[in-house]
Amino acid sequence: MIVELGHFALALALLVALAQGTLPLWGAGRGDRRLMGLAAPAAVAQGALVLAAFAALTYAFVVSDFSVALVANNSHSAKPMLYKVTGVWGNHEGSMLLWVLILAVFGAAVALFGGNLPPRLKARVLAIQGLVGVGFLLFLLATSNPFLRLDPAPADGRDLNPLLQDPGLAFHPPMLYLGYVGSSVAFSFAVAALIEGRVDAAWARWVRPWTLAAWCTLTMGIALGSWWAYYELGWGGWWFWDPVENASFMPWLVITALLHSAIVVEKRDALKGWTILLAIIAFSLSLLGTFLVRSGVLTSVHAFAVDPERGVFILALLIVVIGGSLLLYAVRAPALAPGGLFAPVSREGALVLNNLLLSTAAATVLVGTLYPLVLEAVNGAKVSVGAPYFEATFVPLMVPLVVAMAVGPLLAWKRADLSGAMGRLWIAAAAGILAALVAAWLSGGRPVLALLGIALAAWLVIGAAVDVAERVRLFRIPAGASLSRARHLPRSAWGAAIAHAGTGILVAGAVAASAWKAELVEVVPVGGEVRLGGYTYRLERVDSVPGPNWRAEQATVTIRSGERTVATVHPEKRFYPVQAMPTTEAAIHTLWVLDLYVVLGDPDGKGAWTMRIYHEPLVPWLWIGAAIMAAGGLLSLSDRRLRVGAPARRRLPAGAARA
Amino acid sequence: MRAFLAALLLLGAAGAAAVEPGERLSDPALEARARALSQELRCLVCQNQSIDDSSAPLARDLRLLVRERLQAGDGDAAVRDYLVARYGDFVLLRPPVKAATLALWLAPPILLALGAAIAFVAFRRRRRAPMAAAGLSEAERARLAELLADRPDPDGSPHTGGPPGGGGR
Repeated sequence: MIVELGHFALALALLVALAQGTLPLWGAGRGDRRLMGLAAPAAVAQGALVLAAFAALTYAFVVSDFSVALVANNSHSAKPMLYKVTGVWGNHEGSMLLWVLILAVFGAAVALFGGNLPPRLKARVLAIQGLVGVGFLLFLLATSNPFLRLDPAPADGRDLNPLLQDPGLAFHPPMLYLGYVGSSVAFSFAVAALIEGRVDAAWARWVRPWTLAAWCTLTMGIALGSWWAYYELGWGGWWFWDPVENASFMPWLVITALLHSAIVVEKRDALKGWTILLAIIAFSLSLLGTFLVRSGVLTSVHAFAVDPERGVFILALLIVVIGGSLLLYAVRAPALAPGGLFAPVSREGALVLNNLLLSTAAATVLVGTLYPLVLEAVNGAKVSVGAPYFEATFVPLMVPLVVAMAVGPLLAWKRADLSGAMGRLWIAAAAGILAALVAAWLSGGRPVLALLGIALAAWLVIGAAVDVAERVRLFRIPAGASLSRARHLPRSAWGAAIAHAGTGILVAGAVAASAWKAELVEVVPVGGEVRLGGYTYRLERVDSVPGPNWRAEQATVTIRSGERTVATVHPEKRFYPVQAMPTTEAAIHTLWVLDLYVVLGDPDGKGAWTMRIYHEPLVPWLWIGAAIMAAGGLLSLSDRRLRVGAPARRRLPAGAARA
Repeated sequence: MRAFLAALLLLGAAGAAAVEPGERLSDPALEARARALSQELRCLVCQNQSIDDSSAPLARDLRLLVRERLQAGDGDAAVRDYLVARYGDFVLLRPPVKAATLALWLAPPILLALGAAIAFVAFRRRRRAPMAAAGLSEAERARLAELLADRPDPDGSPHTGGPPGGGGR
């Protein structure tokens, strides 16, 4: 009964979204306030209805109602409760419902907190949000209905893919979707602005927090996915340039660019047309990412052609949304008034460079991801575009970006003094050289490119510190005055510096982990020892251990450094009987600057086991860096100016009082 | 701490990812070449994994094949050609530069140059244009007048529309 109510709520949400997507748009065009006023209650109603549908599906998973096909196919009564709940989005239908839920909830949030939005803009934004909702609700109900029943119901379910039964991956999709769908708000604002033919600072103040929130969650979502791959897949890799990863990375790059160009719109009223275009592209790439992952086109073009229903639907949706918005852009963007002027060497100029490099990087990832699909579709030729291609094309774009990241914040708006900014960064340059020398001493001086990478990372971290020091005039005015300035520094300034420093830490982690990973694979008898880089690993014993829905061979490995015991770790090989699938559970002992990564391999049948041991330098810095980036974003998000939103609210009452 | 530094220092450690101990070649130079080659060869039955990373049986066969060819005295290019002859370009994770992949390799530099050119032209054009941004435009003047009169604007910008806090009701 509850499941049917959920199904009904979803169908009702479609009707509400249809009304939300059409009537207010029509009303805004005619200046009809009653029709425009429908948008907000409709958005709230749509949010509540989809929430009810999602709650109904969650209920079916929690009570293991195997008469629901989706639950029977993706859950099991013996599964831990956490994974019963996260199993709701561990499958196609449920994850699309989550997508729609976030979309609808964001629309409701704009409706509830958008009291200070000009009514016409608000009506149009909510209408666009509603139209996107119509597309996805139709997709759910027509091709991916999560509420279908099974008759007869099976006695138990087929369980969730064991690789997904993991805390890191449990929360990876919601974070990722928050980011993807967060960009839908920027998109709706962009399309609404195109319809109005007007973009101004107030518009940018509304778009920025949503973009920032999307950016923070997408950053965390990607980091969670990477972290999961690192500890779960069992060979210590953390980024594979896999199409599925690229699908989330492309929107991230464009949202990062959008975040920065929106600053120029807000502060300087320039780059308006470009910012609108970025907002459209960011959401388009989010849709494309959803399409790539959800249509099965990545596994094989043929798999897509055999069961094309879902893929064709998303593709059509993609074409309507992307094509429609770009067409609108082509028609309306030339009418946008040009904004403030600036010299090439200026804060604006630096942000243009940022946008140029980030957009090119996103385009490169896009080309590399789609090329095999397109080539196969065109002439049947099969090529692989793997990590070597992306490393060769992506890294050269990131080097100038990281160099410029430290300089940009020190440049003045409109026209800046480049040599002056460089002069103030001498300490960052010195830190870079020092870091490279230390890395060279530790590593024996190779590879040279990695030393350059470490130098860039230090340059960026110290450069961010210089940015803050300059703003509070550290050492140039009394310390107390500096402290007071630091307290009054806008949170967005702190946030930007912290996010930039976090990027530097992430860069250091990426460089060190790629260049200086050490590996060892040996067959070790129980009681035997192997050595890697000053650490001794002793395989004490291997036990059989039962779990709730798996059983495991669990090794006990003592790690020693000289006479001192560093840690005792337990790598496992698990077997999930329901899905007949083995997984490896690596044991990772982190020393924060180095991960000791131990994997239990296969037994040789004579009392010995294959052991794989990896030393992963600075890998924890990847997650620390990403967390700092997201924290910087959240701090910036709490900035008063962004909380207040459009300044129009405060000015209007004053004007009205006079009138 | 010393052990830790030593661990950081230990960079040329012999070993393998998915490579089983029994597969390794006794000649370290040859084994190092095999590893480098393996990292750029695709495990054909996997999704985007190199044969160096994959534990699939086919990846193992290919790893052994690579080592066999190296031991027979083939150069790196010869090994690659041998595999391409058997499995096509699909086996190479770094796509070869040829007619069909020219667009792939040229796209990043061309896009960067194109973007830079557009930015450059925009700068030049904007600088030569008169300071149009200064002052209010005709439309803005009209809006200002309406704003001061505080009356809803039937078809202009919404930023002037309606009484404050009306929320469209």
